[in-house]
Amino acid sequence: MPKFTIPKEEYVCKGHSACPGCGTPLALRYTLKALGKRTVLNIPAGCGGVILGVWPSYALKVPVVDNAFECTAAIADGIRAGFDVLGVKDAYVVGWAGDGGTVDIGLQALSAAVDRNANIIYVMLDNEAYMNTGIQKSGCTPIGAWTTTTPVANGKGWNTSPKKRIMEMLVANGIAYGATVNVAYPEDFIARLREAKDIKGTKFIHALAPCTPGWRIDPRKSIEVARLATQTGIFPLYKVENGKYSLTKEIKNRKPVREYLRLQGRFRHLPEEAINEIQRLVDEEYARLLKKIKETNE
Amino acid sequence: MMEVMTANYAAAYAVKLARVGVIAAYPITPQSSISEKLAEMYVKGELYGKYFLVESEHSAMSMLIGASYAGARTFTATSSHGLALMHEMLFWAVGARRPIVMAVVARALAPPWNIWGDHMDVMSERDTGWMQFFCENNQETLDTILMAYKISEDRSVMLPSMVIEDGFILSHTYEAVDIPDQDDVDDFLPPFDPEWKIDFDDPRRFGGLTMPDWWSEFRYRIALDQEVAKKKIVEVDKEFERRFGRSYGGLVEFYNCDDAEVALVLAGSAVGTAKEVSDKMRERGKKVGVVKLKTFRPFPAEELKKLNDMVPVVGVFDRSYTFGYGGALYSEVRNGIYVPGGGALVKNYVGGMGGKDFTPKNMEFIFEDLLRIKKEGKVDRMVEWINIKDGTGRW
Amino acid sequence: MVEVPKTYKDLPSTPITFFTTEDNKTGTWRTIRPVIDKEKCTRCYICWKFCPDLSIEVEEEGDYPNVDYDHCKGCGICANECPSGAIAMEKEMGK
Repeated sequence: MPKFTIPKEEYVCKGHSACPGCGTPLALRYTLKALGKRTVLNIPAGCGGVILGVWPSYALKVPVVDNAFECTAAIADGIRAGFDVLGVKDAYVVGWAGDGGTVDIGLQALSAAVDRNANIIYVMLDNEAYMNTGIQKSGCTPIGAWTTTTPVANGKGWNTSPKKRIMEMLVANGIAYGATVNVAYPEDFIARLREAKDIKGTKFIHALAPCTPGWRIDPRKSIEVARLATQTGIFPLYKVENGKYSLTKEIKNRKPVREYLRLQGRFRHLPEEAINEIQRLVDEEYARLLKKIKETNE
Repeated sequence: MMEVMTANYAAAYAVKLARVGVIAAYPITPQSSISEKLAEMYVKGELYGKYFLVESEHSAMSMLIGASYAGARTFTATSSHGLALMHEMLFWAVGARRPIVMAVVARALAPPWNIWGDHMDVMSERDTGWMQFFCENNQETLDTILMAYKISEDRSVMLPSMVIEDGFILSHTYEAVDIPDQDDVDDFLPPFDPEWKIDFDDPRRFGGLTMPDWWSEFRYRIALDQEVAKKKIVEVDKEFERRFGRSYGGLVEFYNCDDAEVALVLAGSAVGTAKEVSDKMRERGKKVGVVKLKTFRPFPAEELKKLNDMVPVVGVFDRSYTFGYGGALYSEVRNGIYVPGGGALVKNYVGGMGGKDFTPKNMEFIFEDLLRIKKEGKVDRMVEWINIKDGTGRW
Repeated sequence: MVEVPKTYKDLPSTPITFFTTEDNKTGTWRTIRPVIDKEKCTRCYICWKFCPDLSIEVEEEGDYPNVDYDHCKGCGICANECPSGAIAMEKEMGK
């Protein structure tokens, strides 16, 4: 008998304005399938807001509060504070921001919310650049990537700064729960949110979601590319609970990063030695993660 | 119950009496003692709501917007750079139609660094859509916060309010303040009950992308509701007087103006000085009047127009400046009372900035200057900065 | 329930939305369309799981998936992800 492997209920509506093949609506679907009807999202400037459509319509079946770019965590904590004072229970408050809105402009408010141990779920939708404004580099853009502000000419110019280690920053900051998820792994995505939802304090979910125009990929390859991010170890799936790191998706034989990079136009310019260098950096970073897992579980 | 306290403590008592649900604040001189007092009240269990320490004024205002969407009554307080940092979220609070009340302890903006009082910070937020109420003394600070909630939360208004007290001059000066009984305040100010808030059974999106063909209509509603607020402000002031025996004129108060030869329009703590000087000058037969601008936004242009029939010369005293032109109050008053082909002559006086003492002697100079203009029948210059070392040679 | 505004007078005191995007026929964006071959379909629902546009529909557990062509944007993820090759992307005709 055929079975659903994720909940059937949908809280995202058809007719939203995401580009074909966009990972964000999938992340929204999975998040709301995990959390259900009594969830309020607050969303800053970015694709997350635009995808939901134009007034007087919108594309979710849960309440949404729009907010300015840098204040997602503060507004989420404010909603929670209001609920607490008014006795609204069994409700999930989700700050839903992009990577730029989190690791760049929103970092201050997020760090302070973690300080207060704000009882919120913060989902960072990582598509690795400012996609809504037209593919500008963010603190989450990977090394080697072309963006409109790290253009490539004469065989140089691509992004040379590594992705911010946001999870480690927030773990050091004191989050109650942290996990990386990937839209290519819906069951795992939902399991992490279900695990996080009733933990008291600040929960941080780092969600990888491809942007088809920004990554310069064929829309049909969107999930395939996202899956390769994990299979190559570029975006490993793990969680941090009570300070302990653990892998949530074991990758037996990591694929070479070349397979991931070669599917994307944003890496097309990279010469062989740059790809080798990226492979080296990914290996190093992956080893760091395994070391952390080992150390924190001793 | 009468107690001797600063305007900052008076503000904190008002917040307690208003049964505010969520308070979020960040310290800044000279506002800090409001937050400190509220923190103390909170830890003693005297507050109805919750008190949150945030990492910036930007987050303070953001938190309140979220809390207000959840349906809670909200408060914060700030000054100067803190208000400037909030600027973006001030627009947000208005567009989202969240009736937040904020005490602004008015202070200068750096550089050079200066922690003392003037109106540069609040005047810079004139265009955000917040209602702006100036306070003359500590009692008025307490009373205005209570009234501000009633005005802001009225379903026909739904706009946030700034209650402005002058840094140090009020914030750190002790005066006798009557603290109303909680029961009386409860009768005056019902719990916050917004028409629209987060509702899981009727999910909606608040503030999402709106295309050009409708966006102006939302702004038009804010413009109209500022007009509605004018009536509400007067109404609430009258009700407050009926219940508590104190009135602040609602929008404007005309003091010693009935038979005045000249009048001076101003706002904030300097009003007290002007009233006192006006009384003294009248004893010497000099009929000078004072117009206290209680409400700066919405701007009471109609009410001020009466000045044309009262006096031939109007002075406007600004504790701030709009570089490249004149004081903000001046341009507003002059524009507001303008009638084609006539009306009162208007001159701008700028002073008391960055905490510089503005003494009765300075005030008397302004009134004398206005009487001179009346006699000469013309304004010598548009703006005069008072008390600038050797700027005028007078002080 | 509040009526959808027709003039500024009808606007609520807060910028709220009034209905969902479901009437927005995003199917017009499409240049290629997925066609499911039920002979090959194993009803694993992978296509349903990965459809960003909620355009692969399954009424009940056990049913075959159907495509909602009113909303399908033609991204082709379903065809790419289908493990049994049951979905073909065909050119839209007459557009």
